[in-house]
Amino acid sequence: MESFESGKIERRSHKKLVAMLVAMVFFMSGFSFALVPLYEVFCEITGLNGKTADGPVAVEEKIDMNRTVKVQFIANMNSINGAWKFTPDVFEMEVHPGSLEETAFHAENTTDLNRVAQAVPSVVPGQAALYFHKTECFCFNEQSFEPQESKSMPLRFMVDPELPEKIETIALSYTFFELDRVAAQ
Amino acid sequence: MSEAVAHDDHAHGPEKGLMRWVYTTNHKDIGTLYLLFSLTMFMLGGAMAMVIRAELFQPGMQLIDPHFFNQMTTMHALIMVFGAVMPAFVGLANWLIPMMIGAPDMALPRMNNWSFWILPFAFTLMVVTLFMEGGAPAAGWTMYAPLVLQTGDAFPFLIFSIHLLGISSVMGAINIIATIMNMRAPGMTLMKMPLFVWTWFITAYLLIAVMPVFAGAVTMLLTDKFFGTSFFSAAGGGDPVLYQHIFWFFGHPEVYIMILPAFGIVSAIIPTFARKPLFGYSSMVYATASIAFLSFIVWAHHMFTVGMPLAGQLFFMYATMMIAVPTGVKVFNWVSTMWKGSMTFETPMLFALAFVILFTIGGFSGLMLAITPADFQYHDTYFVVAHFHYVLVTGAVYSIIAAAYYWMPKWTGHMYNETAGKIHFWWSTISVNVLFFPQHFLGLAGMPRRIPDYSVQFADWNMVSSIGGFAFGLAQVYFCWIVYKTIKGGEKATDRVWEGATGLEFENLPSPAPYHSFTMAPEIK
Repeated sequence: MESFESGKIERRSHKKLVAMLVAMVFFMSGFSFALVPLYEVFCEITGLNGKTADGPVAVEEKIDMNRTVKVQFIANMNSINGAWKFTPDVFEMEVHPGSLEETAFHAENTTDLNRVAQAVPSVVPGQAALYFHKTECFCFNEQSFEPQESKSMPLRFMVDPELPEKIETIALSYTFFELDRVAAQ
Repeated sequence: MSEAVAHDDHAHGPEKGLMRWVYTTNHKDIGTLYLLFSLTMFMLGGAMAMVIRAELFQPGMQLIDPHFFNQMTTMHALIMVFGAVMPAFVGLANWLIPMMIGAPDMALPRMNNWSFWILPFAFTLMVVTLFMEGGAPAAGWTMYAPLVLQTGDAFPFLIFSIHLLGISSVMGAINIIATIMNMRAPGMTLMKMPLFVWTWFITAYLLIAVMPVFAGAVTMLLTDKFFGTSFFSAAGGGDPVLYQHIFWFFGHPEVYIMILPAFGIVSAIIPTFARKPLFGYSSMVYATASIAFLSFIVWAHHMFTVGMPLAGQLFFMYATMMIAVPTGVKVFNWVSTMWKGSMTFETPMLFALAFVILFTIGGFSGLMLAITPADFQYHDTYFVVAHFHYVLVTGAVYSIIAAAYYWMPKWTGHMYNETAGKIHFWWSTISVNVLFFPQHFLGLAGMPRRIPDYSVQFADWNMVSSIGGFAFGLAQVYFCWIVYKTIKGGEKATDRVWEGATGLEFENLPSPAPYHSFTMAPEIK
């Protein structure tokens, strides 16, 4: 064997260091799950991802007659299986900020089965989500359909007068998700 | 030989037979296992790349169906990232870190054995999915929800193999940090450590920080698919974009995990063949640390097109561009190291020089991609493919090949055949540019990535690219042959190996390095 001068390598305890590193691993695992609520909160505060409130919002009418905003409605389906018809009654409205408006979406179950669906809203531009208040929406609840049932589903909303000036058009899209776990029964 | 005798033998050399490799806790054995495993995975992932390039040789569907094509792109990426590049760096860390800091072995040798032996099982889980009903995962290595949830029987295999890979990497990282913190020879202060040790030290922290996040993300995919949760399903109140955020929070540090050790390797090789000490050692250390820090705040540049607010796009654009500063420090330091040096161009130096030039090309295309408005055009095109292959193949893989040529004489005691090494270098370097450079043009012209068929206007450059691909693939078979010949025999290497080599492994150990080195700590000058 080779000879190397100097003394023996001093033995330092690995236990403390390894315990600390393992704790870091657990912390980061926890952090990955904590990202889920953090993301929700972040989006809610900033309104960045175009999500509107999950429930009705109390509003006060204060009509700003000097301004009109174009609101467009879009209906999408998550799966193209021919089981649904889903369309807005009107595709576009001119509204005054601060005035309570009403429209409806039409949905039809074209099959002979009981089906349940959930509409998920999204607003573009995302910043407008904070200024788009809904007092009634079919998206607040799951919607169940009898075989061949068709429904007109109301939507009442108000565009906040505080809506930033530069936003002139708001697109509100609903995507219809079939809740297959429920429908399978 | 009876077991008892074999055990007595342990103090002097390795056990005999196959079980030596299964039971070993020796850092050199485990390093060898990692490196050979990595080479095997490199050839397997490379074979899949050949299938991809063969299908893309001409427009139209030629050889395989689109679903199998998607399986090939997905598996090629997973195998190359987790099976080839990462284990190669861990193998180099195992071989080199104890020798470089004057330690007798890694801090936690039994865990070291375990970190390695998890890998073959993890990859068995992943690769057997090719033979399953519905085939292997085909949704891309990024595994975006909801697409990846359509994966068939392969899905749980994919998730669990990633869990195992994560456990293996994290254990390896803990071991490396413990070794560097606790096992340095007296006098080996942190700022005297070779840069390879420094870069791995920082990489190990990155691994500990992000592998658990990745494990968490894929666990959420698993529960979304099988246990009725809705982390990423909009119908249940979740958000698919959340997956992309979590994935890239892991994914961006991950790409630095695959390049920081490469910086360390190149910082060892260039001074040796320029016969000058590394220029700006401490700035190299700080640059590495800055790159590691910045990697945590740039993730959304992978997803500019999901519909982010302007403020977010600007933040991630500027933060991303900032990375060019510490990276530029490194490149200029390498160039300054060579300035007025008495340079020679042996194979490791050739690969290290090619690394500096070609990695910088990859860095520049990265800067182009960082510009948000430009990224809207480049996103998901072959320009991105060209970019990350320049940084990963001519970056990470080139550094690994350079390291293999540079340290193989120390490991095996034999010099590789220099002529063969030079042939391998020029063959690889010409073909890799024929392979990937035209992909920039294809991407700028609008060819999307991850497609088995394409419009006819892309035909010419795809054919050129495929020819380069086949040549590059063949060059790596030649590399395997060079490695085999060097292990089996060859000219005897001197202890110093290279005239300008510095560091404990060259100055204080014979070639080949003895099975047990530095049982007594060396004196650090």
